[in-house]
This record gives sequence, C-alpha cells and structure tokens, in this order.
Amino acid sequence: MNPAAPSVKLDHVSRRFASGLLALEATSLTVAPGEFVSLLGPSGCGKSTILRLLAGLDIASSGCVEAPALDGHGADTAFVFQEPTLMPWATVWQNVWLPLRLAGQGRSQAAPAIDAMLSHVGLADFRNAYPAQLSGGMKMRASIARALVTRPRLLLMDEPFAALDEVTRSRLGADLLNWWAEQQFSLVFVTHSVFEAAYLSQRVLVMSPRPGRIVHELRIDEPSPRTTDFRLSPRYQAICRELSASLEQAQ
Amino acid sequence: MKQPFLRRLLPAATLLALLAGWEVLVRVAQVPDYTLPAPTRIATTLWANLPSLAASWWFTLKITLGALSLACAGGVLIAAAFALVPALELALLPVAIILQVTPVVAIAPLILIYIESTTAALLLCAWIVAFFPILSNTLAGLRATDPNLRDLFRLYRATPLQRLRLLLAPSALPYFIAGLRISGGLSLIGAVTAEMVAGAAGRETGLASRILEASFRTETPKMFAALALLVLTGLLIYLGFNLLSRRLLGRWHASEQR
Repeated sequence: MNPAAPSVKLDHVSRRFASGLLALEATSLTVAPGEFVSLLGPSGCGKSTILRLLAGLDIASSGCVEAPALDGHGADTAFVFQEPTLMPWATVWQNVWLPLRLAGQGRSQAAPAIDAMLSHVGLADFRNAYPAQLSGGMKMRASIARALVTRPRLLLMDEPFAALDEVTRSRLGADLLNWWAEQQFSLVFVTHSVFEAAYLSQRVLVMSPRPGRIVHELRIDEPSPRTTDFRLSPRYQAICRELSASLEQAQ
Repeated sequence: MKQPFLRRLLPAATLLALLAGWEVLVRVAQVPDYTLPAPTRIATTLWANLPSLAASWWFTLKITLGALSLACAGGVLIAAAFALVPALELALLPVAIILQVTPVVAIAPLILIYIESTTAALLLCAWIVAFFPILSNTLAGLRATDPNLRDLFRLYRATPLQRLRLLLAPSALPYFIAGLRISGGLSLIGAVTAEMVAGAAGRETGLASRILEASFRTETPKMFAALALLVLTGLLIYLGFNLLSRRLLGRWHASEQR
C-alpha cells in the first residue's frame, strides 16, 4: 500500500447552505488508500456536497474534513464532473495539459505525460480535435485523461457517466476499473445507478435526502478485474437487490 | 441554397439589379442630377473629386477606428473591473446606461463647447456610442464562464493571472467579438453624427462635413459620392470583423459552426 497515502475522512460533518437547506447532516466516512467507494442516492441527498467538501471547493458548517486538497496539495486531487467540462476553445491535448500547465509545466515538459495519457484512454488520434468534434463518450475520456494526468492520489467523480448511453457507459466503467487498478488512487464515485455502484465499487454508501446522510453501507468483496460474468452472477443480482431495497427505504 | 457559389451570387446580383434599375429610372424619367444622380454620375463625381474626398475619408476613418479602439480598451477594462468588484458595477452601471441612452446628437454640441480640440470632441462622441455594447457583452462573457471550469481552476490552485489568461479571456472572447461587431458600425455612426453637429469647424474635416458642404451648394452628386464612401467604409468594417470572428472562433464556437 502507498506509504504516503492521503487521509480521506469526514467526521460528523454537516453542511447547511445559506438558504437554510441542510445538505448534509452529521456524516462520517473514511476512504482507505486505493479504495473504490461509491456514494449512491437520489438527487439532493448531499452526494455532490461530499465531493465538493473533499475537493476543498466547499467548507463544512461543522465537523472535521481531512483530504489532501485541504493540506495544500492541489494536484493530489482530481475531479470529474457529470459534464465533461472541457475548455471548448482548446484542443483535447491542450485540455489535458491544463492541470500540468497550471502547475507551471511548459508544453515540452508536459508532453510525455500528456501523450502517454491520451494513448492510455484511447484518444491518441484525437489529440488535435476540439471538444465540439467529439462524441459524448470521447469527451468524457478526455475529461478523465485530464484528471489522471497529474497522477492524483484521490479521484472524485460526480455522476460521470450519467449523460452517456448504455454501451458507452459500461465500456467506460470497465476502463475506469483498469485505470484505477493501474494507478491505485482512492476513488469516490457518486452515482444514482444501483447497477453501476454494484459493478464498480468495493464499498457502497447509500444516502438518503433531506437532510443528506448515510443510511446503509455495503462491502462488495469481489476481486478485480471484474468480468462480465460477475454481472450475470446471482451474487451481483443479490447485491443490486439489497442496494435497491435500501434506496427505496431511504426515500 | 447549399452551393457557396449561389450564396455569393444572389446578394451580388440583387445589388447590381438595384443599381441598374436606379440607372435606368433616372435616365428614362430624365431626373435632373440635383434631384437624383444616376449611379454612373455618382461614380464619375467620386473619381473627379477623389483626392479631396479621400482626405476627408481618411479623417472620418481615423475618428471611427480611434473611437473603436478606445471603446475596446475602455469597455474591456471597465467590464473586468465590474466583474472583479461587483460594488463598482452597482455604482457605475447607471452612469454607463445614461451615457448609452442619451442620443449622441443631443450631447455633441455640449461636448464641442467643452472640448477645444474638434478631433478630441469627435473621438469622445463616437466613443460614447461605441463603448457600451463592448462593455455589456464582455461583462456577460465574463459572467458566462462555466462554473465547473472555475472550480477546476480553484482545485488546481490557478493564479489570478492564469485564470484571466486561460479561462476568463477565452470564455469572454465570443461575447466580446459580438460586441465589437455592433460597436464597429456604431462608431462610424457616432463619428459621422458628431461631424454633422460640428459642421465645417476645424482644420481637418471628414466626410460628413463634405456632405453638409455639398448640400449647401446643391451638389447632390457629390453628396452621394461621399455617402457611397461612408457605406463602403461601414461594409468594410462589417466584413473585417466577420473575418476576424471566423479566424478566432471558427474552430470551436457554435456561432461560427456551419
């Protein structure tokens, strides 16, 4: 295990917005180094709030947050949004360059890492394309390449595949598992899909809305790499059933 | 209408037909020159008076482009200041709006009284007309920055300069250019309007003064000749900014995708 592994932790964290809405209530969670954790729940249950707190983009109203982004290690944390959030005026290559560029790396210094990452996500042939010329799946690949190019230790993903079609979504899910296995980052993955959470993660935290809190936890001890067989297994179906039931209850 | 050739041919043919119709009408009805000169007569007048008209044209062009440059600088700087300090916008936007809604013809006489140099007064008048579209568009552009991209820049600890150069400026660029296309035409209108008010005052005079001058002497063909130069200038500004917009935005912005 990575010795310099970051501590990722929420300890009785609440977040109340200025509007008075309690987005998150006394929530505690710990993400182990290299762990893949899914936050599963309906919209408005504070899933995104947890990600924003871990990224240092939002501040807890009470409680304690520990995350690499809060220790001044900006590049240790990467964020993938539901939209690809690429800069439309920049090519794929320039978009992936962004985090390195903001860290002061010039074009030639950053080039090896960018080229390697683009081949890795299968976008080598599209390095000079503009986002408007790419399909939804390819845009998301570019977005993930940008997130991984800094070799982050914590990756935060906010429903990254929600806007994609079923085929693209499952292929990207499988690829994500590979990238995760190779780079060994901790991954907090927000989703509202029971199947996605069950297939991808090692641990699922089910959340309930108004106020957002964690109501159920399920560990999935299925080894990587996960195959299509796993998806067809009775065990997978049992996991999905359990997650669906607790989601139902949480409403 | 898919063929590019036809797309170019149709407007050109329409214009030529209009000019030809005008020519025929004037000749057949034997309309005197001082009422309505034929296009050919306007062209010959233009040619005969080219040296003096060109000097006036150059003066009007200087005022127009000078005011437009100042409008760009002022509009962008004020928009940036407004975006950085919201209180500033609250305090100053009403002033900018008042300047925008006041007809420039109405304040031009005052400005000509207060400012001794005619050139400076003309510049100011044209500037007042031209700067607001650039200001309001650029401000809208700065506001329209993708909030997720803003978060990303925060996450990666971007410096204010990096944020300005790599995020805010490119986000606002399409909006700024839309403003520029409006202001290009407006600065010409502002310059000509102010010249009209200024009359023939000052050592150098622009095309508007030549139009006034010619109208006092009922030299209608010369009025039309100066007018033709003004129209040509407006068209050139319009086409120039279209080209600029395509160059800068063509590869990525929806407004230039066909």
